[in-house]
Amino acid sequence: MRFSGLRVLREGLTGNRGWQAHWRDATPRPEYDVIIIGGGGHGLSTAYYLAKNHGLTNVAVLEKGWIGGGNVGRNTTIVRANYFLPGNSEFYSHSLKLWEGLEADLNYNVMHSQRGQISLFHSDAQRDAAVRRGNAMRNQGDDAILLDREGVRRHLPYLDFDNARFPIYGGLLQPRAGTARHDAVAWGYARGASERGVDIIQNCEVTGIDIDRGKVTGVQTTRGAIKAGKVAIVVAGRSSQVAAMAGMRLPIESHVLQAFVTEGLKPCINHVVSFGMGHFYISQSDKGGLVFGGDLDFHASYAARGNLPMVEHVMEAGMALMPMIGNARVLRSWGGIMDMSPDGSPVIDRTHIEGLYLNCGWCYGGFKAVPGSGWSMAHLVATGEPHKAAARYRLDRFETGRGLMDEEGTGAQHNLH
Amino acid sequence: MRITCPICGERDRREFYYVGDAVALERPDADAPPEAWHGYIHLRDNPCGVTRDLWYHEQGCAAWLVVTRNTATHEVLGVALASDEKGEAR
Repeated sequence: MRFSGLRVLREGLTGNRGWQAHWRDATPRPEYDVIIIGGGGHGLSTAYYLAKNHGLTNVAVLEKGWIGGGNVGRNTTIVRANYFLPGNSEFYSHSLKLWEGLEADLNYNVMHSQRGQISLFHSDAQRDAAVRRGNAMRNQGDDAILLDREGVRRHLPYLDFDNARFPIYGGLLQPRAGTARHDAVAWGYARGASERGVDIIQNCEVTGIDIDRGKVTGVQTTRGAIKAGKVAIVVAGRSSQVAAMAGMRLPIESHVLQAFVTEGLKPCINHVVSFGMGHFYISQSDKGGLVFGGDLDFHASYAARGNLPMVEHVMEAGMALMPMIGNARVLRSWGGIMDMSPDGSPVIDRTHIEGLYLNCGWCYGGFKAVPGSGWSMAHLVATGEPHKAAARYRLDRFETGRGLMDEEGTGAQHNLH
Repeated sequence: MRITCPICGERDRREFYYVGDAVALERPDADAPPEAWHGYIHLRDNPCGVTRDLWYHEQGCAAWLVVTRNTATHEVLGVALASDEKGEAR
């Protein structure tokens, strides 16, 4: 089934009876070439690119819940490529380029909207840092525009520019950044993978990883044992538990990050606005809700819901930045579980077990990475070699100290990111 | 979330600074092999369930505390002074 404008018209005129399920809800077979543990955004995009780029279609994606029910459905949908350090810079640049062709590639409307992201700064020193970051982004081939105070005012007239603590000096604009419909990303990749023969198996929790003489041979699941010569762990949020099944301890601590959405409003916020000093960022969904969030609750958690102190902090930051937000009513809040790595950057790598691959540590930046992560992970699993865009996401960088990617410059230590 | 400081009593979570896993109480010797230091600084059990972590009562008595906590429910199960816990096998 192909989606097109004509198809929408035809279905509309014939009672919408021709739509089909977007992917097959498969039952597990006894053996696959590749098993991907985790049917989130990264797992599904890995499956899709394994099939599309590498011709590997004897692949199963095992999801303990349902597709799109984990972090890919619990984020704030922001897509950007404004990283500074080599390693992150080329990776997120690659991912953003994939986003730009994603809807045509998947034949699926993921509502990718390049509405621009503005990161605010509030001092001369922060301005220098924004210039430096903008230059790094442009050197990478991406877009960055430095806005002065009046430039920000033209885009965001509703901000409180004269906040006593954080007066707005300007902002760094990335016009190609924006948002996408998170659920549709999961569904689109699931559909694309399923069409190419990948089995997407829901309600199938992996309970063990079978290893024989240093080589992976398959997995145990709640729906029976499944054999495979290659197994990819793509379960950010639960990485420590799944890796422990293979006897591994990871450099990961899980934290809860909260997000909030208001009632639907008429269009009022046309960009993604990041207020780093207040740990606050916001955009408006196509449905009209203001979607915003803040910082981690800052203690290890798997609760997928947050505590009130951070709720209060986020609301205060929102009020300080844009007082008009006080007129909107918050409808819902939720929490997602972040794989926090010591340096704040992810891992896409082999493990010491032959045939076992690891994709984890996305901290609070996993959503925008979905296409790039799947592309790179598929390359790694299919060829055994890292993709050049993700070549620095080595697991051993913590042990050796070589190639740490600490964007914040605070140190590669757990409680600092 | 409220934490009962053994010295100050039950207090709001905001008075406390979270340091991380209580692994910090078992710092390797200075001449320990690099693997031991790697494990200490980077690797974590990161359990979904009961864990022990280290908190600092920053806006209270400035005591270092070991908090036994459930990461899945945010329930606080016990609080002890780190000075009493230090050196005990996990």
